[in-house]
Amino acid sequence: MKILGSEITPYKTYLNRRKFIKGSLASALLATVSSSAFANHDNNSSIYNKYLNENDKLNSYEEITTYNNFYEFGTHKKHPHLNSGNFKPRPWTIKIDGLVKKPQTFDLEKILSNVTIEDRVYRLRCVEAWSMVIPWQGFQLSELIKMAEPLSSAKYVQFVTVFRPEEMPGQQKRTIIWPYREGLRMDEAMNPLTILATGLYGHEMPNQNGAPIRLVVPWKYGFKSIKSIVEIRFLDTQPETSWETLAPWEYGFYANVNPNVNHPRWSQGTERRIGEFKRRETLMFNGYEKEVAHLYKDLDLTKFY
Amino acid sequence: MFSTRNFNRSKPVLFILILFPSLLWAYQFVTGNLGVNPIEKLMDELGLMALRLIIITLMITTLSNIKPLKSIVVLRRMIGLFAFYYVCLHFSTYIVLDHFLDMKFIIQDIIKRPFITFGFISFLFLIPLASTSTNNMIKRLGFKLWKKIHYLIYPVAILASMHFYVLVRADKTEPVIYMGIIILLLLHRIFKRLTRPQLAQ
Repeated sequence: MKILGSEITPYKTYLNRRKFIKGSLASALLATVSSSAFANHDNNSSIYNKYLNENDKLNSYEEITTYNNFYEFGTHKKHPHLNSGNFKPRPWTIKIDGLVKKPQTFDLEKILSNVTIEDRVYRLRCVEAWSMVIPWQGFQLSELIKMAEPLSSAKYVQFVTVFRPEEMPGQQKRTIIWPYREGLRMDEAMNPLTILATGLYGHEMPNQNGAPIRLVVPWKYGFKSIKSIVEIRFLDTQPETSWETLAPWEYGFYANVNPNVNHPRWSQGTERRIGEFKRRETLMFNGYEKEVAHLYKDLDLTKFY
Repeated sequence: MFSTRNFNRSKPVLFILILFPSLLWAYQFVTGNLGVNPIEKLMDELGLMALRLIIITLMITTLSNIKPLKSIVVLRRMIGLFAFYYVCLHFSTYIVLDHFLDMKFIIQDIIKRPFITFGFISFLFLIPLASTSTNNMIKRLGFKLWKKIHYLIYPVAILASMHFYVLVRADKTEPVIYMGIIILLLLHRIFKRLTRPQLAQ
């Protein structure tokens, strides 16, 4: 899939363009009373076509925002869409600590004014054997890591989701140990494919998709792409991650999309692309083999799944 | 009020009530109103309905021990057969819609994935129950043998609830409730057996 290069937009221009898109959306809304609110988000989807390869089609805004795994808002797929209305994604800060030159807390606006927001159209493959194609907007995680100035001893990055049980009803129940935690190896975190996403379909990140800022690691199962991040820690040892802690025999730290490594609950050989009837073959590293396979050349992927 | 006649009279209404969800889901599936992942949704709804009906048949047996409710047992066969109907729909959704009759894959799935193994065995055990459900079969087999065959409902219920329990990723409340009900109903039967006067030494 084409993902890099061409259309890199500075954040300010990006915001302006977003306003423009919103403006045109508003007029579209007025013009076509009959069309649903969801349909309007897809009207400008053609601008993402240049990032798509022939086997992939964008999923609709409705599909992307009503079928989510975000247990902070409940364990059913529709819960995040239904239960995230009270979540307040602004103001937002991200705490940077661990093995860094100077631990500090960044205001999200400050981070955004220092990075380049670009379109990234990625396949997302859930460990439950379904997948989507999503037009994200975001910036490379490596840009934030440079701002954070980690020490050379830092080998891993850990991410922590916000804990606000009063705004996130799923957190009132101990389905998993809150707050949600995820992690990457430093070279995975620095890989140009790895982004922090702040929007999708040209809109601010919807609450149910991990507002205001979330990780997207397209060659790993979806649960690695942690949402609503409030803390990033640099470590010299492999951090604990939520699903691995809960069921280590099912979920590994790496969680690379791999059709050859079986999961006790789901065959990973095929997947259902949301919106399609027949299953399709799952691709090694979710189709990003060229970009990331070199990271794992010395790793036994059946052991480090 | 709880006479055999009244229970028998309620059958047509019950029949329609229990059949209705399957027709509704089929309609929603065909018209594209079953959400973003309709095959998964259809399979989940059918399976859950089947499990609930299996539990209801166990409950009916227990309730029929209460004197005034004795006649409720006349409803058991119909509900049991409906449970089988929903299991068949659930299983064929899995075979046809989910995996497009890819038998090699399906057989591997049944062997390798414990939750599918549980579900599949549960389905197999239901077949003799459904196929011996007629009065004629009870006569042919004799009540004693027929009853023995129908003890299979216990492994069916346990396996079906385990199938659901293992499937759920994190919040296991609902499957635990179903398992709890099944265990209570089984304990009641064991208790009844142990306290039966003719078994006393």
